[in-house]
Amino acid sequence: MIGFAGLIDGFAGLLGKLSLNQLPHNPITAGGALTVVGGVVTVALVITYLKRWKWLWKEWLTSLDPKRIGVMYIVVAIVMLVRAGIDALMMRGQQAISVGSSHGYLSSNHFQQVFSAHGTIMIFFVAMGLMFGAINLIMPLQIGSRDVAFPFMNSISFWLFFAGVVLVNLSLVIGDFSAAGWLAYPPLSELRYSPTVGVDYWIWSLQIAGIGSLLSGINFLTTIIKMRCKGMSLMKMPMFVWSVMGSMSLVVFAFPILTVTLTLLYLDRTFGTHFFTAGGGGNMMMYVNLIWAWGHPEVYILILPAFGVFSEVVASLSRKRLFGYTSMVWAIWAIVLLSFTVWLHHFFTMGAGADVNGFFGIMTMIIAIPTGVKIFNWLFTMYRGKILMATPMKWFLGFVVLFTIGGVAGVLMAIPPVDFQLHNSLFLVAHFHTMIVSGVLFGYYAGIVYWFPKFTGFRLNERFGNYAYWCWLIGFILAFVPLYILGFMGATRRLDHYSASTGWQPLFIVAGIGAGIIAIGLAMQFLQLITSIRDRKKNRDTTGDPWNARTLEWSVPSPVPFYNFALTPEVDTRDAFWAFKQTQKAGSNNEPQTYESITLPKNTSIGLIVGTCAFFFGFGAVWHIPWLCVLGLVGIITAIIVRANQHNTEYHISAERLAQMDHDARNAQRGYA
Amino acid sequence: MSKKTKITGIVVAVLVFLGLSTWYLARTNIPILEPKGTIALKERNLLFFGLGLSAIIVIPVFVLLFTFVWRYRETNSKSHARYRPDLDHSVLTEALWWLIPSILIAILSVVTWRSSHTLDPYRPIASKTPTMTIQVISMDWKWLFVYPNQHIAAVNLAEFPVNTPIRFEVTSDSVMNSFWIPQLGSQIYSMPGMATKVYLMATSAGSYKGYSANISGKGFAGMMFTAKATSRKTFLEWVQQVHRTPRHLTLAAYNQLNKPSEYNPVSYYSDPVNNLYVKIIDKYMSRPQANVLKNGHSNDVHSKNSNYSSMNSMGTL
Repeated sequence: MIGFAGLIDGFAGLLGKLSLNQLPHNPITAGGALTVVGGVVTVALVITYLKRWKWLWKEWLTSLDPKRIGVMYIVVAIVMLVRAGIDALMMRGQQAISVGSSHGYLSSNHFQQVFSAHGTIMIFFVAMGLMFGAINLIMPLQIGSRDVAFPFMNSISFWLFFAGVVLVNLSLVIGDFSAAGWLAYPPLSELRYSPTVGVDYWIWSLQIAGIGSLLSGINFLTTIIKMRCKGMSLMKMPMFVWSVMGSMSLVVFAFPILTVTLTLLYLDRTFGTHFFTAGGGGNMMMYVNLIWAWGHPEVYILILPAFGVFSEVVASLSRKRLFGYTSMVWAIWAIVLLSFTVWLHHFFTMGAGADVNGFFGIMTMIIAIPTGVKIFNWLFTMYRGKILMATPMKWFLGFVVLFTIGGVAGVLMAIPPVDFQLHNSLFLVAHFHTMIVSGVLFGYYAGIVYWFPKFTGFRLNERFGNYAYWCWLIGFILAFVPLYILGFMGATRRLDHYSASTGWQPLFIVAGIGAGIIAIGLAMQFLQLITSIRDRKKNRDTTGDPWNARTLEWSVPSPVPFYNFALTPEVDTRDAFWAFKQTQKAGSNNEPQTYESITLPKNTSIGLIVGTCAFFFGFGAVWHIPWLCVLGLVGIITAIIVRANQHNTEYHISAERLAQMDHDARNAQRGYA
Repeated sequence: MSKKTKITGIVVAVLVFLGLSTWYLARTNIPILEPKGTIALKERNLLFFGLGLSAIIVIPVFVLLFTFVWRYRETNSKSHARYRPDLDHSVLTEALWWLIPSILIAILSVVTWRSSHTLDPYRPIASKTPTMTIQVISMDWKWLFVYPNQHIAAVNLAEFPVNTPIRFEVTSDSVMNSFWIPQLGSQIYSMPGMATKVYLMATSAGSYKGYSANISGKGFAGMMFTAKATSRKTFLEWVQQVHRTPRHLTLAAYNQLNKPSEYNPVSYYSDPVNNLYVKIIDKYMSRPQANVLKNGHSNDVHSKNSNYSSMNSMGTL
């Protein structure tokens, strides 16, 4: 007899591990859940109120235009930056007060979830998001192309990335997140020690976003190899394109390792295999090796395109050619190659033995050489230039100062016996934050200010930009210099509480103040955006070339028309647009004389459908709901088959219409449309 | 406010801040920079050496950066005559900044290779005093120190004689941790089913803080312990005292202790069960019911007279 209770049981069986008990219970976690739900509902209401759903769907969500996809990446990344930034403030607050008899306001498990989420989100959904956003926006323009090689796959990449974002944030609302750190070392991340769904959320948000990244890597690499405009040989490519090429090569080789590693961990947790378990023949050291074989290249994946941004910014704003172009290219490829030979420096303390440690220590130091070469080349790009002290340049200067200091810390830790004393201490935490914040974040900030007028048609407010810069710089120094010192004082990372006798508290308080100043810096950036939009008429970019810059993207009107180039350009030198400007009389424009019809991809919702199905698959895998996984998987396969059988996926614009549109775009830019 | 007063104000504020910071730090105990053991001392010196060598690159970078930015700023019309927009390479200078860092890194590499060997945690410390063994087991969430030759054990406290090389044999009976006494030197991971080891020697008596440096779950922050270096006499007295503890570390007592607990106070046991350390490792090496030693798995654990070897004690898991 199947009674009511039986029905409930059966239903519960259908929902796997999911139940109402998984909703948050204490005020702080409930606050997190309410923020997420409230945020989503507010955004939905605002869109409904403004009647923008159709516009959003047509112009953005289903768009295959890499510029639209790029902007969506950046918007999501900035939202995630705020979320993971709040995580950071919570940690700093906890560590400033949780000393001696006080245990702060976060339970140890909650604190551990917070730092795990902070790291995971900052790397996968902020840094990666900013990077893919910048590449989507800039790279096709710089190589004189209208599109990427696989526009539909590009949309899938974005929606897989977004599915990862949704999963990671859903963990705030239902269930919990991993408390095992951003790389979830077993055995701690195994089922026995982490029995909740937290680690599964971590696995699947990374897994889904990671597959998106791999697809992006293939896509951008192909784009650079196959879609450069006429005359643009490899050695005439802008440095940003070179750096993207290096980074995407790393993506293609590194991300499959992540996919395999995460899969094995999930098999351990779900199907009782013993790849990484303690006992049963499992080996946790294999996991640590695998995750860093992906993880170390990953930091170069993030930073190389940011280096590329700096290369463009420094040359443009110094009004000079980039110094040592050939050196730079060699340095990039040296970094690409070497980045696969250093992973063991993340665990010198695992007892591998002197020969192995010594080898990996030396390989690590060798990477400092090409990186140093890049710094010197940037410095000499400024030499005998006319440096415009605008905010992108300031982000660059802050980067050089911080990155050099962080680099020294890195070289020190590359000496294994020194690492034995600094490993997993706050010195290490300070080191990698110095590298990633100054190298990656500052890089993309510089890029956002620099390229903003190109895509919106108006410039960003310099005053708030300047305030933001100084808040970030001073805040950073206050937040992280104490951590270097705390590392010397024996403070290890990830402590939710410490004894008063350690004497660490004053430095933790200073670090907390620093984090607060960084938060003000971030607020200044939002003010910068808001005031710039308010004054957009005044800040209008009427030339399409506000920085008197060098590369092809500046040759088209601002905002960039959806077709990028009315006529694909032909180049015969580096810095083609600069060279073009030198040969033209002042005031002459670069309007094409003749037009040809062009072909562009139509919008499609299939990328979004694939992302949604991937989300359902991930959610089902997290909560052990097999039918949802099957549904998701079938959905993905069906969507791809449907797409493969669509033949009418492109549309044409005739030469006459293109001429008219191009004419209008140029007039609109000049302001007399 | 004129630009000059503004700049002066900023400079004064920065100097005051730096002064206060220096004053504060000078009064603060910074363990890694104030080592109390032979290994920690050598490691600190290595740190200073690396820092000095790095300065050879860092100082020129900073000088060039500030000089170039100041001199070639657009608002400085004096330098416009020197504007060279097409200056884009120089074989000589570029060779210089490939070469000079390479030489420095070559020097550092030699030091790295040598120090990796001399300061290998598995390398015994040469001393007239014979080496003493302490077995270290990380548990959820405390440290158990077993003295196989003194037949005692302690939780969250390791006491040992000063100027005596200590061989810490390290394993875990839960997840991965990292065994670290900053003032004595090198940390090493503790892993279930693995035996790692680290040789340390305190050069002055005192109580030093010890930590786990690797996240191990809920009670991780409470995994602090004390490493106490005393005179030989005090140490022997302490051993005698612990010996008199009525609580024996039987397998039952061990299993009781092994249950997860947080912020454990120091506690003592006498007469730990024979080969406890090996038994703990073997738990993870064999099928649960066959809790016996296997050939070749952890033979190094038994060898009193350990020859210098890195890998063999890690077992064949």
